[in-house]
Amino acid sequence: MITESLSSYGPENRLPMMRTILKWSALAAFVGMALYLILALYAQQEFVFAMLFLVLTASAIFVFVHKKLYAHRYIFPAVAGMGLFVIFPLMYTVGIGFTNYSASNLLSFEQVQDNLLDRTYQSGSIRYDYGLYETDAGYVIYLEGEHQDLVTAPLELDGSEASVPVLPASVKPAGDPLGMRDIIQLRSELSQLDLLTEDGRALSMASLRAFAAIKDQFTLHDNGSITNNQTDVTYFPDHDAGFYRSADGETLSPGWTVNIGWDNYLKVVSDPTIRGPFFEIFVWTLSFAVATVVFTLALGLLLANLLQWDQIRGKGFYRTMLILPYAVPAFISILVFKGLFNQNFGEINLVLEGLFGMRPDWFSDPALARTMILIVNTWLGYPYMMLLCMGLLQAIPRDLYEASAMDGAGPVNNLFNVTLPLIIKPLMPLLIASFAFNFNNFVLIALLTGGAPDIIGASTPAGTTDLLVSYTYRIAFQDSGQNFGLAAAIATAIFLVVGALSLINLKLSKVKV
Amino acid sequence: MAMVQPRSTKYRVLASHLGMLGFIVIILFPLLMVISISFRSGNFASGSLLPENPSLEHWYLALGIPYTGEDGTVTQPPFPVLLWLWNSIKIAVVSAVLILALSTTSAYAFARMRFAGKGFVLKSMLIFQMFPPVLSLVALYALFDKIGNHVSWLGLNTHGAVIVASLGGMALHIWTIKGYFDSIDRSLEEAAIVDGATTWQAFRYILLPLSVPILVVVFILAFIMTIMEYPMASVLLVDTDKLTLAVGAQQYLYEQNYLWGDFAAAAVLSGLPITVIFLYCQKWIVGGLTAGGVKG
Repeated sequence: MITESLSSYGPENRLPMMRTILKWSALAAFVGMALYLILALYAQQEFVFAMLFLVLTASAIFVFVHKKLYAHRYIFPAVAGMGLFVIFPLMYTVGIGFTNYSASNLLSFEQVQDNLLDRTYQSGSIRYDYGLYETDAGYVIYLEGEHQDLVTAPLELDGSEASVPVLPASVKPAGDPLGMRDIIQLRSELSQLDLLTEDGRALSMASLRAFAAIKDQFTLHDNGSITNNQTDVTYFPDHDAGFYRSADGETLSPGWTVNIGWDNYLKVVSDPTIRGPFFEIFVWTLSFAVATVVFTLALGLLLANLLQWDQIRGKGFYRTMLILPYAVPAFISILVFKGLFNQNFGEINLVLEGLFGMRPDWFSDPALARTMILIVNTWLGYPYMMLLCMGLLQAIPRDLYEASAMDGAGPVNNLFNVTLPLIIKPLMPLLIASFAFNFNNFVLIALLTGGAPDIIGASTPAGTTDLLVSYTYRIAFQDSGQNFGLAAAIATAIFLVVGALSLINLKLSKVKV
Repeated sequence: MAMVQPRSTKYRVLASHLGMLGFIVIILFPLLMVISISFRSGNFASGSLLPENPSLEHWYLALGIPYTGEDGTVTQPPFPVLLWLWNSIKIAVVSAVLILALSTTSAYAFARMRFAGKGFVLKSMLIFQMFPPVLSLVALYALFDKIGNHVSWLGLNTHGAVIVASLGGMALHIWTIKGYFDSIDRSLEEAAIVDGATTWQAFRYILLPLSVPILVVVFILAFIMTIMEYPMASVLLVDTDKLTLAVGAQQYLYEQNYLWGDFAAAAVLSGLPITVIFLYCQKWIVGGLTAGGVKG
């Protein structure tokens, strides 16, 4: 087989030129595309992202051109993928934690300035009453001003005309102007019109009876301040808060993203409407993760012990039935439980009412909601622990149990004096991994309760069943808040916990590479 | 076996059987319930546990066929379940192929070559794998938003973004494949290299054919993990016809629009194939999963 397959690539070697050309043109195409992306990002002032792709491209070229780095070519795609989608987002998140990036401070300073300077308003002083006349050639708008009257050429008013020149005039078109009913019918077409006067002013529809001049809302001064032309209030850029601010403290929306140092972290500690929910959620997250590991391990170990027992027949059947919860996709079984636990239509309450005459309120009582979450998660997680324990139990020598039986030990003695001491060491890293996974079990909470019921008195979205991850997710993506900065700060704290756990895990499992 | 047996063994065996059977009944209750509900008419009727008037209306709707009730009313399918399933499968297959290709080549280098920083990279991969992607969703969202401005098939609300984002989770698979490569004797490859084969040829024509079993396992693992991925897809995908099953399925159970019966049929329809694949491959999958310590 080996000689056969070795000889089968002979022809490929006869075309070394072709392969070299192909290789280099592929590399050139890749570099060209990457450079385009980098330049485009740079042009849009996305420096962080331009830098990211520059580093990635440069290291790709370096690795693939350098003869000595042959081995690194094999691992480059995987390492680059991790860098791009795990490590970079992680660092970027930590960075966001020190800014006020949020729904109200989404843009950069330049974008905010452009946005404000693009705004216009309709002048109250330069106004024209108008009449709309229907002539043979089309509609004509006749504007009556204080000093001068203006008139348009005949228009179709079918929505296709955007800016139309107006010329001075003194004679109204023949006939009567159209009545209010016709004007209301043509309102949307009329409001799209910009009438351009000879001195370069633009007029737009101000009301059903008048056209008025459009003016820039803000004027930029050399010292960076901007003045609202309508109210004559001057706003100065406040680069500490990320807003334009007037002398009496009024701010303009939108704001821009600025670095605010440790403020997000201080907020978590000092603001009672955040501190309270944060600590409540933190304690619940810890207890949830510990309880899940304990429950699933206890159940899994018990079942694994039973399945290892020689006297039990039909092991294959039991095994398959017992891992079924593990085989069903989690997102489906979680939603199934959501429906089954429903207070009014749920089958679980149906059974409970039939048996005990009660209808627990699973989703609005905090204690019941937490109980439900633990029940569901134990259901989801015990097969994994059972499989782990079955593997580990097989490695325990049988004569140990025989010796203990000679000494008159029962199953409980066996468990605590023989089984547990022997499996706890190899099990520990897996238990920590399971703890870390459940500490961050976002899918369960997001699909089952969504964090409900809410914590009263919280200024951010926060629920009594929220874990820290789902809390973070809700701060960032739910409702009006969208406080990415605060979410990123809490995420950074979770990163530290996870990082510590995985380091401990690495030490305990004594990974050899 | 020469085990010393206490006299009460018979009763203990009986008790164990009864206990396990009872436990299995409780454990399977939700799953059996859903199958029963999918045949029950109406979305609210919580009558008996076994459907009194079995009806196929939810199954019609789940399969995308409008259902005509007995009184002549026509119900349109509420959600494109089959389209969601197809989206999920499409994304999962492409992701799994890419993950398999990239993690196999990396694992080969880690298992067979010596190079600077090997131990460091391998260990950092293990550590970073534990950071949940949910927490860096803001950054991932921004990343795909920016890329999407220039490369439209990789932007927000595209399947390309979900596929590419799944490539961040390769460390687990690299470790699994590397472990298998380590267990294969390297003398065959060394012999080939002595005979003039390049490293790539030794990998392609000797090691790969020997590793087909683990490659199948990793493919299935990556496939199932991508199908079940929820957080990233829920942020990256917006349009109803772009959603994956994991993101779309929850829309059945909104408070305002509670479609319990329709959900049950859709859940059985889409969950069954995945469950069967999992059970069929469980022997191989379990080894891979327990090595990584996660499921989700």
